[in-house]
Amino acid sequence: MNIVKAYGDTLNDGAIQLSFTLPIPFGGKAKEAARLFVLKMGFKHADIVHSAPLSDDFTFFVAYAKTENSIDYDEVEYTEAVDKAMSMDEVNAFIKQNFKRKITIIGACTGFDAHTVGIDAIMNMKGYNHHFGLERYPMVEALNLGAQVPNEKLIEQAKKVNADAIIISQIVTQKDAHIKNLTNFIELIEAEKLRERFVFVIGGPRISNKLAIELGFDAGFGPGTYAEDVATFIVKKMYEKMIEK
Amino acid sequence: MNKKLGLSKSKINKSRQLASKITGKIQNYIDSHTTITVERATLRLLGADGANSEGIPVPNLIADSLIDKCPFGLARYYINALIKTGQEPEELNSQISKGLDISKIDLADPKAIEKKAGELLNLFDARLNANVSYRKAKIKEFEKNEKNPWIYVIVATGNIYEDVKQAKAAAMEGADIVAVIRTTAQSLLDYVPYGATTEGFGGTYATQENFRIMRKALDEVSEKEKRYIRLVNYCSGLCMPEIAAMGAIERLDMMLNDSMYGILFRDINMYRTFTDQFFSRMINASADIIINTGEDNYLTTSDAVEKAHTVLASQFLNESFAHRAGMRDELLGLGHAFEMNPEIKSGFLLEFAQALMAREIFENHPLKYMPPTKFMTGNIFKGYAMNTMFNFVTKATNQKIELLGMLTEAIHTPYLQDRALAIENALYVHNNVEGFLDEVEFKKNGIIKNRANQVLDETLEMLKEVNKIGLFKAIEIGMFADIKRPPEGGKGFDGVFEKDENYYNPVEIYLKSRLGLLEKKDIEK
Repeated sequence: MNIVKAYGDTLNDGAIQLSFTLPIPFGGKAKEAARLFVLKMGFKHADIVHSAPLSDDFTFFVAYAKTENSIDYDEVEYTEAVDKAMSMDEVNAFIKQNFKRKITIIGACTGFDAHTVGIDAIMNMKGYNHHFGLERYPMVEALNLGAQVPNEKLIEQAKKVNADAIIISQIVTQKDAHIKNLTNFIELIEAEKLRERFVFVIGGPRISNKLAIELGFDAGFGPGTYAEDVATFIVKKMYEKMIEK
Repeated sequence: MNKKLGLSKSKINKSRQLASKITGKIQNYIDSHTTITVERATLRLLGADGANSEGIPVPNLIADSLIDKCPFGLARYYINALIKTGQEPEELNSQISKGLDISKIDLADPKAIEKKAGELLNLFDARLNANVSYRKAKIKEFEKNEKNPWIYVIVATGNIYEDVKQAKAAAMEGADIVAVIRTTAQSLLDYVPYGATTEGFGGTYATQENFRIMRKALDEVSEKEKRYIRLVNYCSGLCMPEIAAMGAIERLDMMLNDSMYGILFRDINMYRTFTDQFFSRMINASADIIINTGEDNYLTTSDAVEKAHTVLASQFLNESFAHRAGMRDELLGLGHAFEMNPEIKSGFLLEFAQALMAREIFENHPLKYMPPTKFMTGNIFKGYAMNTMFNFVTKATNQKIELLGMLTEAIHTPYLQDRALAIENALYVHNNVEGFLDEVEFKKNGIIKNRANQVLDETLEMLKEVNKIGLFKAIEIGMFADIKRPPEGGKGFDGVFEKDENYYNPVEIYLKSRLGLLEKKDIEK
């Protein structure tokens, strides 16, 4: 057992900071409503430390509150797609040694999503934040199809270039557009009986490994992911599949 | 303006001359071509509007039935149908939406068509003049409340009525400019949807009715706030000139409009984009609409330090293209951005140098400065600090249009409170930093002066290279944004037509005459 609570300045004080907007006019009554609202969420000792009108009908609040809830840290179940990423050189050595050929990774930001920033960070030569992208990996043939790629087209291209892995970036999550799009992708894959042919990886600011697995992908990566994380997962998964055969 | 960076005037002039040479070669192509959306924009400005029961817009119904006539211009067929049916545009549009095929109607005498064109253009001219003078009057009336820089925020709910609430709240908090971001993928639609819309992803459809709804709301809030609140939309993608036409009619104040953005970032064909941007910019210039160019985007795919010169080179090109379309400097919101990796040592000095460099080179232009996006993370507190630095540079280097950074940039489209906090931050910094630039000089051979001069030098080299190989080739080999596009690739190339010698477009003649482009063959020489 390892029972923990939020920490402000004293162990187990349960201190939390919150900010939110209510659709009510600014004033003393609004502040009191906000305080009661915080208490109703299950917090104790709510303090509204700041409130300001956003327009005639909306008020913004900053609140500090304390919770009596806690969590047993030892009971938390969690897996990450990759425990420890290999470096670019290690990935290349791994590919050479185990597959004895270049591997092909195809990627896109699919559906209506027009943002290339995620897929570019992982795939483009330059990479992101001094972490080189997959295009830079000598043993990886990286194909970045860019944004707004229909699922059908990505699958067709993946077959055409005989890809080993497909990576999909999803940035826009408004109204769960990403869930619908990713579900559609997997349905297409299942319909074409391609589930075993590729390794499937997704990524984006609201993607987690758990979500990815629920949706039927092999792995999911959230914010702070670099190319080596994705590459490590892909080559290890490919290796695993090769050994199974 | 008192200049502080010691930039070489002759290098700046030389860069402008090179840009003019580069765009001149493209202009020859533009002048001899039209596109399907230029034709549809022309029809819209003559009165074509509405949609059929399947949502296909009337301008598309007309253009599709007359597709082989595009080299001759479609205006005469629409005007002809008005003459032959004796109907007003509204009635004719309704007939077309119900299936009337105007391509089947025999052509009237060209004189009669020209006369009718004159009548229709008088209506458009009156509308334009009314819009321009209303805006001028309101800006004058509220002059004393005008802020500097203008605070620009985005709304993006997907539902125009929800957008209205957010826009009004933003204006009341201090925003001067509201952009209604478009739904993802609208740029790749080869038609403009019709009517008010309530469904969109990551944004709201640009439709003429949505323009009208937001304009009305912002006019109301302008009166309340005693500030003229400017409305922005996106004059880009496959329907660039049609959006310009709608914006001119509904009195938008600014348009995102770039000569190369669609080619690079939306994979739209380059011949199509260059031809479309020219017609769009003539409309924007006639309606006194400020354009915002998209150079900031280069730095989301390329490194902001290494590729700073591509931004400046592109600004020179956008400026030159815009001049050729009759735009004056005061309408050119050339874009740039604060996108360096926050881990860079003295990065602030480099950002400062580049922002001030743009200010000193483009003296009369309402520069559009964009906030950090690439290095924003889920750490909203760090993000808020980065936006404060951005606000400092914006104000201290006297940028004109400041698109505010949102602390939740990397997470979701802004919540009401995110926008309010961004405005609060900006207003605090603007007020605190007032007068800063007047107080400082920069060290000879210091980081700031050296950086600005280095970027200008690299820009000049790049423009020399582009001039040597031509802009089409330069884009093909990836000189802008590290993105490569083949000349005949991309979307929309099948909608480009060489003009026949009998090409007739009364709207084009009207715009050129209004902008003084008929007499001047090459305005930049």
